[in-house]
Amino acid sequence: MGRELAIPGDLLSGDVRLAGEGTYIEGGKVYASVYGVVDRREKIIVVPLTGKYMPRSGDVVIGKITDVSFSSWTVDINSPYEARLHISEHPERIKPGDANQHLKIGDLIIAKVIDVDVTMRVDLTMRDSGEVIRSGRVVEMSHTKIPRVIGRGGSMINLLKRETNCDIFVGQNGRIWISGRGDMANIVAEGLLKIEQEAHTLGLTDRIKEFVENAKRSEK
Amino acid sequence: MKDKPEKLIVKGKRLDGRKMDELRPIKIEVGVLKRADGSCYMELGENKVMAAVYGPREVHPRHLQEATKAIIRYRYNMASFSVEERKRPGPDRRSVEISKVSRDAIEPVIIKECFPKAAVDIFVEVLQADAGTRTAGINAASVALADAGIPMKGLVSSCAVGKIDGQIVLDPMKEEDNYGEADMPIAMVMPDKITLLQMDGCFTQDEFKQAFELAKKGCEQIYEMQRQALIEKYGVEGK
Repeated sequence: MGRELAIPGDLLSGDVRLAGEGTYIEGGKVYASVYGVVDRREKIIVVPLTGKYMPRSGDVVIGKITDVSFSSWTVDINSPYEARLHISEHPERIKPGDANQHLKIGDLIIAKVIDVDVTMRVDLTMRDSGEVIRSGRVVEMSHTKIPRVIGRGGSMINLLKRETNCDIFVGQNGRIWISGRGDMANIVAEGLLKIEQEAHTLGLTDRIKEFVENAKRSEK
Repeated sequence: MKDKPEKLIVKGKRLDGRKMDELRPIKIEVGVLKRADGSCYMELGENKVMAAVYGPREVHPRHLQEATKAIIRYRYNMASFSVEERKRPGPDRRSVEISKVSRDAIEPVIIKECFPKAAVDIFVEVLQADAGTRTAGINAASVALADAGIPMKGLVSSCAVGKIDGQIVLDPMKEEDNYGEADMPIAMVMPDKITLLQMDGCFTQDEFKQAFELAKKGCEQIYEMQRQALIEKYGVEGK
């Protein structure tokens, strides 16, 4: 796999129609706008190697309640922008003013981004895929590494789940919920750290497999 | 301070043995600060600067935020131990001005519309100074911005030209800056955009043209080094 790295300002193509994310157009040409890996499969996109999570509608994220108001919660979603969860988007029917009885400051939730407007006001819902996290642990990493955590067709995440018997939920914003036996959850957390550090290398799935097997052996 | 040397150019060589169009040795390291979103350490001869980028993040105080784009804040600061005579810590007339012009040099390349209501904070600390700290700071800041994953139209590269003993030289060092006749820092976005041009001293029109061409060559070399430093961070492995 030959990888092509791009630096902001690199000329990528003369065909404006191919311009995708992580690029900009000037004078009829396509240039890279971020520092990352070029993907020319369909459109030309630059996948950033670093950067903050920018919410997009449809993303499922793990958020932390930071404030409770009369009819909504303020949620930290590991992004420069705060999100809002209105009580009508909670799976239960909540009367205005009762918000505090259902979710409190510090609670962790799984929620879906339903809307991001031009001023970056983010709205969440817990109606279809929402859940409150009451057990296990949540680890945080850069959201740019999330595709590696999932792996091609889910290979990496399934490997971790199978080997450790843990339930793992990966939020698009870089937070990952691990729930399972304590020692196994430790292995997953360590494995995730390893993935984060080596996200840009090849043959990572095999190395993680080896790592998990070794860790399990030494646990016994 | 040392007295003025009799000649700044001896037998066609400068005090440190460089040719007229030669940069000082440069070292660039990317991602040196763990807590910053992007960072860069740069050495340009005896200059040592550290740049850190935080953001995009929420703007405090709130009234500074802009509804449609990010704001850029740039702080240039010299450590008290960075020069021979202790520098009184804190912002002064000089560092406020350098912060301002450096921000103006960097701002045009950042695609600010990507982050409405947010702020990008750039901090440049000069650890050791030897003429040309603002240019080193701009170079480091631009690499740190790329390292932070901030969308930009290109990298900003910067270097200075000076005039010593009547000759145009690239990247003057401290003695040349102190006793030379002119000093002109330039920042450029390759291939041909200029985002900073200051001048101290005098050039004739012809000298200015010559100096500008020389600065452009210097910026080109620096751009290549910035690029290399970024690629090395991830590029060496995995290929």
